[in-house]
Amino acid sequence: MLFCVVSLTFFLVRLAPGGPFDRERKIPPAIEAQLLAKYKLDGPLWSQYTGYLADVVRGDLRLSTKYRNRSVNEILAQTLPVTFALGGLSFLLATLGGIWLGTFAAVRRDTAADRLSMGAALLGLSIPMFVVGPMLVLVFGLWLQWLPVGGWGSPAQLVLPAVTLALPFAAVIARLMRTSLLEVLNQDFVRTARAKGQPERTVVYKHALRVAILPVVTYLGPLAAHLLTGSIVVETVFHIPGAGGFFVNSILNRDGFLLGGVVIVYCALLIVFNLLVDASYALLDRRIRVDA
Amino acid sequence: MLEPGTASRILRRPAARVCLGVLLFVGVAAAVGPALFPESYREPGPLQYAAPSLAHPFGTDLNGRDVLYRVLLGARISLIVGLAGAVISLFLGTAYGLIAGYAGGRTDNIMMRGVDILYSVPRLIFILIFINAFDGHVREFATRWDWQWLVSYSRIVILIITLGLIEWLTMARIVRGQVLALKERPFVVAARALGQSHVWIVLRHLLPNILPIVIVYLTLTIPAVILDESFLSFLGLGIQPPQASWGSLLAEGAQAINPLKIYWWLLFFPAATMSATLLALNYLGDRLRDTLDPRR
Repeated sequence: MLFCVVSLTFFLVRLAPGGPFDRERKIPPAIEAQLLAKYKLDGPLWSQYTGYLADVVRGDLRLSTKYRNRSVNEILAQTLPVTFALGGLSFLLATLGGIWLGTFAAVRRDTAADRLSMGAALLGLSIPMFVVGPMLVLVFGLWLQWLPVGGWGSPAQLVLPAVTLALPFAAVIARLMRTSLLEVLNQDFVRTARAKGQPERTVVYKHALRVAILPVVTYLGPLAAHLLTGSIVVETVFHIPGAGGFFVNSILNRDGFLLGGVVIVYCALLIVFNLLVDASYALLDRRIRVDA
Repeated sequence: MLEPGTASRILRRPAARVCLGVLLFVGVAAAVGPALFPESYREPGPLQYAAPSLAHPFGTDLNGRDVLYRVLLGARISLIVGLAGAVISLFLGTAYGLIAGYAGGRTDNIMMRGVDILYSVPRLIFILIFINAFDGHVREFATRWDWQWLVSYSRIVILIITLGLIEWLTMARIVRGQVLALKERPFVVAARALGQSHVWIVLRHLLPNILPIVIVYLTLTIPAVILDESFLSFLGLGIQPPQASWGSLLAEGAQAINPLKIYWWLLFFPAATMSATLLALNYLGDRLRDTLDPRR
């Protein structure tokens, strides 16, 4: 899987016309040859490719062709923690907020509260984060001046980006949660629990929620992928020095190795995460066996 | 399945009528609106960052262009990309789902596993790389064959195709589920017993029966594609200036934010138009789906 990703990125970048050293001013051929050699971009395409694969396996993601003399490993080491912090916080906000809202709506089925919260979820789903982000900046950052408009470092600077990133996914999870909980509440074991005379709270939170949460757990894999994609936008809007901004720039600058590095790390992360989700799925529901 | 009364039953709700009205309004305005503007509105003018007024209801931008005019042009491109991309994904998803569901067994298993894997891949990230790798080639190709329209619209064409290529997953899942249920029904079993060919059964017996649900999911795919397109354009990697889409207009609006002077209209109007359209599409899609499948 990772191998496919590495190869695909490598060849797609090389397919594009124009090299990383094309400038307005022509570089003398001797210097260009030296540059190409330094960045290991000389020789036939095939040997470049195998050389790159070997380096990646050794954990060396090479030098960035745009940010001279900085290695991709170095750039990623600085930016990934930022992206993780933002993504992790949004992940928590989206799952907890979504589960809470979905449960809240399902328990009050067909009341005004239910319709209102599902309407809010539809709204959150429809308004893209690059609309929500600048709007939040305008309102809370510039008009009310409650929160900083961007940057990175203090906890207050984390609030707006994390909320922006979490909002649409909280909406998706809330809808999933509501549908699933409504279905579970109609099942026999819930009726049994009610017949035993247990209070409604215990029935919902102890019996039903545990089963109803499964579709949400299945969604966590795609959620992680969406959060990574979304973090690119949020990092741009709030000027956060994360990996997303470098990703966009690396495409614009034809910085193949930086681009490859970001993509490799993203995919590796998602693969690990999906394995974890599968494992937790088996833990949550004993009826499911994970095939070896 | 979709009965004749479905549309009127959905439209009995006032919210649904409002949504349909919004969609029709935006669609008609995008189609004929730009042509109604006098010549002077279409070019950059001397009025920089003018606030909304009677002459310019949505204000003007950095180059003195009328924002209303640009929003309508953007609506045109966003809607075309959304619609065309969704149609491509409809064909792909329906074909994939039909084959997987009808074949069943191991083929079905492998095909749906593939869909599961694609779901957890950050697809837009690959699209980004893909578009930037191929745009130059397509343009070169078009220049060689002297296809003027493709030269200036190469980005849009690539966008439509690639976005159609990534948004078919949900459609494939839904179609497969429907086919699995349908293929055990007596009329299909009878068709098979009569010795009708697989292709005939799929096209004449299964396809007409899944069509309503496919159309419902089409209304839900359009907003998804519009969202993807504006995501790419917002990052400056989709539609390129001087062309505009909602995403690139929003990007301009977001760039114009600064603490000294707030040009709110650059952000607010594109955002409001886009959100209203997406909301209307999602709402109608949801209602249609609920009517078809009350269990959800």
